[in-house]
Amino acid sequence: MSLYEYAHDLDTPVHPVSAPDYMPVEELRALQLHRLQGLVRRVYDHVPLTRARMDERGVRPEHIQTLKDIALLPFMMKTDLRDTYPFGLFACPMNDIVRFHCSSGTTGKPIVIGNTQNDIRVWQNGCMRALALCGVRSSDIMQVAYGYGLFTGGLGLHYGGEGLGCAVLPISGGNTDRQLMLMRDMGTTVIACTPSYFLHLIDEGMKKGIDFKRDMQIRHGVFGAEPWTEEMRAKIESLTGIFAHDIYGLTEIAGPGVANDCRCRRGLHVFEDHFYPEIVDPETLEPLPDGEQGELVFTTLTRTGTPMLRYRTRDISRLLTGACPCGRTIRAIERIHARSDDMLIIRGVNVFPSQIEAGLLSIDSVLPHYQIVVGKEGDLDTIEIKVEVTRETFSDDIKTLERLRQRIGQAVQRIINLSPHITLVEPHTLPRSEGKLQRVTDLRNRAVSSKGV
Amino acid sequence: MKIQQISLFLENKPGHLNTICRTLADAGINIVTLSLADTQQFGIVRLIVQEWQKAKEVLEQAGYVVNVREVVAAAVADRPGGMVEVLDIIGKTGVNIEYMYAFAFRHNAEAVLVFRFDDPDRAVRALQAAGRDVLDAVTLFQEAK
Repeated sequence: MSLYEYAHDLDTPVHPVSAPDYMPVEELRALQLHRLQGLVRRVYDHVPLTRARMDERGVRPEHIQTLKDIALLPFMMKTDLRDTYPFGLFACPMNDIVRFHCSSGTTGKPIVIGNTQNDIRVWQNGCMRALALCGVRSSDIMQVAYGYGLFTGGLGLHYGGEGLGCAVLPISGGNTDRQLMLMRDMGTTVIACTPSYFLHLIDEGMKKGIDFKRDMQIRHGVFGAEPWTEEMRAKIESLTGIFAHDIYGLTEIAGPGVANDCRCRRGLHVFEDHFYPEIVDPETLEPLPDGEQGELVFTTLTRTGTPMLRYRTRDISRLLTGACPCGRTIRAIERIHARSDDMLIIRGVNVFPSQIEAGLLSIDSVLPHYQIVVGKEGDLDTIEIKVEVTRETFSDDIKTLERLRQRIGQAVQRIINLSPHITLVEPHTLPRSEGKLQRVTDLRNRAVSSKGV
Repeated sequence: MKIQQISLFLENKPGHLNTICRTLADAGINIVTLSLADTQQFGIVRLIVQEWQKAKEVLEQAGYVVNVREVVAAAVADRPGGMVEVLDIIGKTGVNIEYMYAFAFRHNAEAVLVFRFDDPDRAVRALQAAGRDVLDAVTLFQEAK
């Protein structure tokens, strides 16, 4: 973007970076097809797993003649990233990779996504457009309270904010007192964090006599990385007078900035010139027409490091039909209500019950009976793991049992990056069941929710 | 010279101790003494019963995880300073006491200290060398009657 645009974008209702959001549909489809053809060629040439799967189906890159032909292509899943850990799905030489990000795998190891310089720019473009769509402008002071690091939340929004010319405060997560102090002293106008953390900031602020409406300058909140409800949105907006926006994304596809809701609040517009969405039947994997509910699938049309072809997100949504009153031509997905797997999102972190199993197994080679209880303490998620004491782990000594509790907690924390509360329970007291889903009790309100990052 | 003690894991919840005692009562097992160690979250019940094998069996059948450990029981005079004399002997050996509890018999002026040592054999030797009365199972259960 040129300096001219920076200087003149302050009051424009549509930010220049948002131009592709309004592309005529026919041209958008033509662009998507062109990009898809290039992507399929790249992946076929450089990713052995996908090439083998395409060969098996007798599909060659030149068979992609229309966007509908995408249905000929094989899917990618988190298990593919796990099975080829760490670099098996990379489509470029390591020389071209400039940054890694990791997300939760389904077992003890994370999944690794490699980003090229191009991918960082594509992702930055998504985040800039997400922020521009929220109404963020170069005059804003943006406090990024998502975690920085392997998690994509912090760096994603950081690059988006810098790209728009905002003054970015890269404070990262945690340290609530300092967050509040800088927010007030510096006159932060945009906050980016998980919605539950923002509610926590409001609560802690109140305890110190801070009234967000009176003492803070915040206009926009960019909230994602975990499910949240319309009730939470209403609560945040009425307590603080800000606009609370819903941002969506996932590490495998880029990070935050894959989609974002507009002021019409019908759903989240997908930046589909880069991230091509499909809805498929989670059972048959057949593509479903727009408007029907199914599993959300993304193809990263322009990524080059770890491009994803028909990546199954496991999020259940639908592609909304009909024109959005905001005038955007890019399609919108409905807020995500459910998932087609057993992934939990706790304080913005993706957690699979199988990861917790991996942690428990590292203590004792025999898996004890356990139960995961997810709840809320104030506005923050809590995770408790109830573990039955076994003949092998039981001791008549309190210290030994306390140490066992600590060891279990640390082993699980090493894998999921969250500190769980471990409760030892009597043997044969937890419900016995075959399915993993029944191992999880989620006490949080999950009426209307969305997830991201 | 060592006594078998059985111990069980217990959640800190109302009624949980009753169930254990009920199981033993139904099997006709008398509890000589019992000690409860607890944290905010959970507890450990330590029991001394004469028929410990039978107690272990019925408790395991009832679904409990039962641990059997050897403890040392020493008799002391039930008067001020009685316990200190024994602890002094232990202290000099450098043996560590993992936990202990005590109970008194009604019919004589003796109290019994029950110890779990990290090195029980050394503790027993030291106590006996000092002329202290280390109870074996037979004596303990006779005294308890």
